[in-house]
Parts: sequence; C-alpha cells; structure tokens
Amino acid sequence: MSDAVFTSPPAARSRRRPRAVTEDAPSARYALIAIAVIFLLLFLFAPLAIVFSEAFAKGVATFAEVFHEPDAIAAIKLTLAVAAISVPANLLFGLAAAWAIAKFSFPGKSLLITLIDLPFSVSPVVAGLVFVLVFGAQGVFGSWIKAHHLQVIFAIPGIVLATIFVTFPFVARELIPLMQEQGTVEEEAALTLGASGLQTFWTVTLPNIKWGLLYGVLLCNARAMGEFGAVSVVSGHIRGLTNTIPLQVEILYNEYNSVAAFALAVVLAGLALVTLGIKTFLEWRHADQLAARGGRRH
Amino acid sequence: MTSSPARAARNARRFVAPSVLPGFGLTFGYTLFYLGLIVLFPLAMLIWRASDLGASGFMRIMTEPRVTAALQTTFTLSFYAAVIDLVFGLIVAWVLTRYSFPFRRVIDAFVDLPFALPTAVAGISLAALYAPIGWFGAPLAEMGIKIAYTRWGILVALVFIGLPFVVRTVQPIISELEIELEEASATLGASRFQTIFNVLLPPLLPALLTGFALAFARAIGEYGSVIFIAGNIAYVSEIAPLLIVIKLEQYDFAGATGIAAIMLAISFAALLAINLIQAWSRRRFGHV
Repeated sequence: MSDAVFTSPPAARSRRRPRAVTEDAPSARYALIAIAVIFLLLFLFAPLAIVFSEAFAKGVATFAEVFHEPDAIAAIKLTLAVAAISVPANLLFGLAAAWAIAKFSFPGKSLLITLIDLPFSVSPVVAGLVFVLVFGAQGVFGSWIKAHHLQVIFAIPGIVLATIFVTFPFVARELIPLMQEQGTVEEEAALTLGASGLQTFWTVTLPNIKWGLLYGVLLCNARAMGEFGAVSVVSGHIRGLTNTIPLQVEILYNEYNSVAAFALAVVLAGLALVTLGIKTFLEWRHADQLAARGGRRH
Repeated sequence: MTSSPARAARNARRFVAPSVLPGFGLTFGYTLFYLGLIVLFPLAMLIWRASDLGASGFMRIMTEPRVTAALQTTFTLSFYAAVIDLVFGLIVAWVLTRYSFPFRRVIDAFVDLPFALPTAVAGISLAALYAPIGWFGAPLAEMGIKIAYTRWGILVALVFIGLPFVVRTVQPIISELEIELEEASATLGASRFQTIFNVLLPPLLPALLTGFALAFARAIGEYGSVIFIAGNIAYVSEIAPLLIVIKLEQYDFAGATGIAAIMLAISFAALLAINLIQAWSRRRFGHV
C-alpha cells in the first residue's frame, strides 16, 4: 500500500492517501453509514413524514377546517393553559432545588437528586394512577374532596397535577449540574461587595444560567404539551372540557377521522420540530453555558 | 411533611456547611415540600394501597392469566426492543461521532425526535405506516408479513422510543475515546477487528449497559406510542400499562394498583441497576 502511494504522482496521492491505522476501511465506513442512515430514515423520519402526509391527504382546506371545530379549539386552549401552569411551577421548583443543591453542601445530596429524577423512571400510566388513588372518588382524600364540592380527577386540576409530575425533573436536572460547575465564587464576591441575596441572584446567578434555564424550560414545555399517558388516566376524556390536544388526537383517530387526527398531530409535531431546532441551536451556540452533556434522559 | 420547611429552616445552620450565601432554608425547604407534595406523597399512597392488598390479594392479581400475559408481553418485547436499540444505537452513535458525511448535524439533531415527539403522535403515525394499507404495511402485506395490530407492532414502537437513550449515552464516550490507544493497538500488530473488540468496546461497555437499561425501563412503562399499533388483543398484544388503564375503567382499583406496584418496583430496580453500572464504571474506567 505505502509503496504504491510513494510511486504514484502527487495528484493521485492526494486522492488515495494511505489510511490511518485508526480509520475503518472505506467499505466498512460506507456500509455503517448506510445502515445508520437507512435505519433512521425508516424508524425516525418516516413516522414524522407520514404525520404531514396524512394531515394534508385531502388538501389544505380540509386541514384548515379541523381548526374551526369547537372541540379542537377547546383542546388547544386547554393544552396551553395546562402548560402555562405546570411549566412555571416546575421552573420555580427547578431554581429553588438547584440553588439549594448546587450552592450549599449538606448530607444526603445525591439521594435528593435521585428522588428529583424519580418521575422519569415512573410509567406515565402509573403517574396518572397515583393521583386517582389520592384524589379519586375511592381515593385517600376522595370523601373530603366530595364534601367540599371540588373535583380534581376528571377535571383540570388532575390534568395539571399529572403534567407537573411527568415534567417534574426537566428544569432541575438541567440547572443542578450547571450551577455545580459554576461554583459559588461569583455570588460570594457580589455579597461581599454589598449586594443583597436577591440582587445577587438576579444580576449574577441568573445571567450565568439563562441558556441552561431556557433549555430546561423548552424540554419541560414540549413534554407538558405532548403528555398522553398520565393525562389520559386522570382526564376522563370529556369532549370540549378535559381533552388536551394528544387526547383529542386519540379520540379523532379512534373515530376513523384520520385527517382531523393527523391535522392536530401536525400541531404537536411542529412543536417537536421547533423544540429540536432551538435545542440544537443552544447546544451548538451556547454549549459552554449548558450542563455537560452525556446520558441525558428525558 | 407539611412542617418540614419550617423544620429544615431551623436545622439549616447545623445541617448545612457554613456559607455566606443566603436562602438555603427557603430553597431547601421548598424543594422538600414540593418534592413531597408532587412526587413522594402520591407514590407513597400507591405503595400503601398496594400493601393493603395483602400477600394473598397481591398473589391473586399477579397470577391472573391476563395479568401474567400482559406482564410477559411487556417484558419480553421491551427486552428485544432494547437489544435492537443497543445494536443500531451503537452503529448510529459511532457513525455520527467518527465519520463525516453530508447532513451529519441534521441527522444528529434528528436522533432526539422520539424524545420530542409526543407519544400519541408517534403512536398514530406508526400505526398508519405499518397498517395493511400504509407505506410500509402494504408492501409487507404482499410478502405476507403483518406488523400493525400484532406483537411486531409493539416491538416497532418500543424500538422507536428507546433509540435515543442508547445513542445519547454512548455518543459522548465514543468522542472521549483516546485515539492513542487505537494507534498503540495497531502498532502492536492488532488487526482493526481486534482493536475494535479488545480496545474500543470495553470502555464503551458501561455506557452501552446504561443505554440498554434506560431504553428497557422506558419501554416497560411506555403507553402512548404502543396502544395505537398494538391491536390490544387480550393475552396476545396487550401491554401491562394498558391493562392498568382497562382495570381503572372497570373500577378495579385493587387490580390496577397491584400491577402499578409491580411496575414501580421494576422502575426502582432499573434505577438502582443504572446507578450501580455508573458507580462500577467510575471505579473501572474513571468515567460514567
């Protein structure tokens, strides 16, 4: 091989440089790339493509009509409302948890982090079920809730609780490692120079974590708007009242109203694509201001 | 649980290492309160209600043929799906980290799609793809292969949702592999094949196991993407999470709680396994 390279003219040499010992043979390389790309096309790209193809199968007019249905509008409004409550709730928690865990040292910290991660390991259906067991008619607080004429399960509070549960770790797990990396030196300097605690947080900590915070909120929001299993268990599927977009998609699909189901699915797929786009941009442009990557689970 | 913020604040001075930073009592107290309210209390209620069933009640639920069939379907197919994700996830991670080719960045970003795409959307689109009249279903049907509304459909959905777990766990470790080790191996006369199996794969093992465990754990709990394509035939293609929903709809709270408790126990076991793999990896290889 090396002999051939040395005797060939310069032009040919640049085309056929000797392969480094750490490089795979071109045949192996192309085969592996082909396997990976074909696998991703079949298993990831095709499911995304068919959402758009089915939604527009009967033309743009039929697609647009879906969004004039009162039930569809109600589902979109409910989804936005649920996200508007659950995302800020988990944002506030994420900030509090990250401040306590990253800026102070106390025993049992890793146990606390494991517990915060717990909702990611619980099946969405089980997440919905636990709230039925607490607030349902047969639940622990069932009679108390009934006596006070409240409704949690088969109503919006149950949907919000289930959504908060499944999106619980997103902001915290992004902020904790990031703020641990950043340490406490800058905050200590600000406090020594006479800043108050809140001033320190707003002017020193927050600017340092803003991209990580945005990253966590983005993923939290995508999951909050798209959650199906947990919400399905607590919602009761009341049309126009307790159906979020994913639940409305299910109902329409089961009624063989394929175009309407996929039209609403387009909204969610669009949300997923926007989320992926911003996420990729943040990882590319602000990688140094995000928590170190590796083994993300969500 | 409700008194813990106040108590935590009072104990803060002794409990936490001294610091000039303010706000430990408030943030730590709120963290415990919110964690307890949203996660720990509801999960404790599930365990409490499950323990109410008693050993005999629990055994009765677990030996119900429909329950054993559903659990078996869930575990077997989740295992196979995680194995498929392991093989293709490794190839995808290797290709994305080691080679350069057109659209590599776009494809890399695309791997996270199953994380971002709501499960119900994945469910209906997979069902549409593999249905007998679908893009993939029609040609397969001509060959006499049926995917949608069979156990194969469940497998396809579980492979879809598990893939990013393997890729994203393995990818950072591949990019950290030291090229010098490969060079040394080659200089010492190893073939490329020997280098791959003896030098490259061993340090990847913990990440591969972690990715496998994450994909497996996720597949066991998965509901949305599976139910549309599964056909949901009792004893054949009915998954355990679906059976929980069915039992709830029949007001069989004991049955639903029993299955949920089993699944929760498995979640904890998976979490423990992942932590053990990572602890072992830190000792053995110095990375997670």
